[in-house]
Amino acid sequence: MRRARFRLVVDPIACDGAGVCAELFPEMLSLDPWGYPIIHGDEVPDGLLELARKATVNCPRLALTLIKIDK
Amino acid sequence: MTVVTAPVGPTRLLDTSGTADVVGLDAHLARWGALPDLRPAALLDVVDQSGLRGHGGAWFPVGIKWRAVARSGRSKPVVVANGAEGEPGSGKDRFLLHHSPHLVLDGASVAARAVGANRVVVHVTPGSVSGIEQALADRTRQGLDTCAFEIVVAPDRFLAGQESAAVATINGKNPGIPTFIGIRTIRDQGVAGRPTLVQNVETLAHVALIARFGPQWFRSVGTDESAGTALVTVTGRWDAPRIVEVPLGSTLGNALGIDAEAARSIQGVLLGGYGGGWVPTSTAMSMPFTEEAARSHGSSIGAGVAILLPSGVCPIAECARVVRYMEGEGAGQCGPCVNGLDLLATSMEHLAYRPRSLHGGLAALPTLCGLVEGRGACRHPDGVARFVRTAIEVFADHANLHLSRGPCQTGQPFLAVPGRSSGGSR
Repeated sequence: MRRARFRLVVDPIACDGAGVCAELFPEMLSLDPWGYPIIHGDEVPDGLLELARKATVNCPRLALTLIKIDK
Repeated sequence: MTVVTAPVGPTRLLDTSGTADVVGLDAHLARWGALPDLRPAALLDVVDQSGLRGHGGAWFPVGIKWRAVARSGRSKPVVVANGAEGEPGSGKDRFLLHHSPHLVLDGASVAARAVGANRVVVHVTPGSVSGIEQALADRTRQGLDTCAFEIVVAPDRFLAGQESAAVATINGKNPGIPTFIGIRTIRDQGVAGRPTLVQNVETLAHVALIARFGPQWFRSVGTDESAGTALVTVTGRWDAPRIVEVPLGSTLGNALGIDAEAARSIQGVLLGGYGGGWVPTSTAMSMPFTEEAARSHGSSIGAGVAILLPSGVCPIAECARVVRYMEGEGAGQCGPCVNGLDLLATSMEHLAYRPRSLHGGLAALPTLCGLVEGRGACRHPDGVARFVRTAIEVFADHANLHLSRGPCQTGQPFLAVPGRSSGGSR
């Protein structure tokens, strides 16, 4: 059975640019000149899922979400 | 008994435009007849086969959207007939609602039936309310519609017609302000938390005719990908803006009667309005008028807008005013959009009025565009980025003149910017 695939989504309304996510998960996140996250790549590789999860739960605004990719 | 005939030529929604200012219910039924009694499954098939796409600006296939709402199935869907055009260059929705309200309401009725909705919200600007009230009263008297219709008035702002902003207005929460739909879509959870079909009023008017005359008739005009006709608001061709009906895939040059000679006095053409993009005049006049063709030139036909910029005005100053207006029309919710659009507007003002202050030269602008694209809850920043990218391409020579020789003496502004007298921080 194929494991579920995930991608990261930022709710840009909720995000206030705290920048915690990019610090915790620089593999896929960087900050723009104003401190808001830019996502690099689409699917989160299996090996990085734990780090991605950690970044989502530590966002002070809960603006970062892992969502399942539909096939 | 009157015989109802399908329009043969490319004049469909404007078929009755010569007959009366407002086509009342009797005249509407005399011209088009009653809606046929089709089952929801048949309606979905007919709309699918017609190839109709959304005329609100996204050009999304209507059949796919309807099926998604129809099978959402958690609760009864709601249909929103969206006529709240906030784009300053567009007037076709208001025109259609005023002139042929029953085509729009027929289409909404068909949509409701197809997706199983029992509630239709007609979402319009204040000027359309009395006409729609009258039309709904006439329909009620004749018992035309089986579901409940209501009118909701949109606030007067650029973003009011955006899908999630329309739903916010109808739900009475932050009217005219978009919400983030990246996780849960409006189709799934919109008005009152129910599956919601938001469809532009022109799209619904086409539906009213497709339900009567069928998908083959609809496809007899247009291209395979973009079937039918489109209402286009044209500014800069005549003394006042005018609504024309253009067969999709035909050329603007033909539709507007602009030959090579006349094209020489046009500096460039803005397709899609302030959230669209500029194309060189020769391209605009000769390319097939479709969303695909416009996109291949980095633009969009949007909700059907063509603005012809005359010679004699400074295109950079014109664009700078528009970008500042668009910045001010943002909802102010998303960091990249709030910061990025302000910087884009300032950069365009530099280029227009004090070119030496523009850091990084012209190349700085596309880089900035890249920082806002795809990073808002709605598509507002993407539209502004497209406007700026195409402006500095189409008006590159003029922009370079600003950099080498300084700004133009700007005269009377051409592009209308609502609610602002003129100029940015000149």
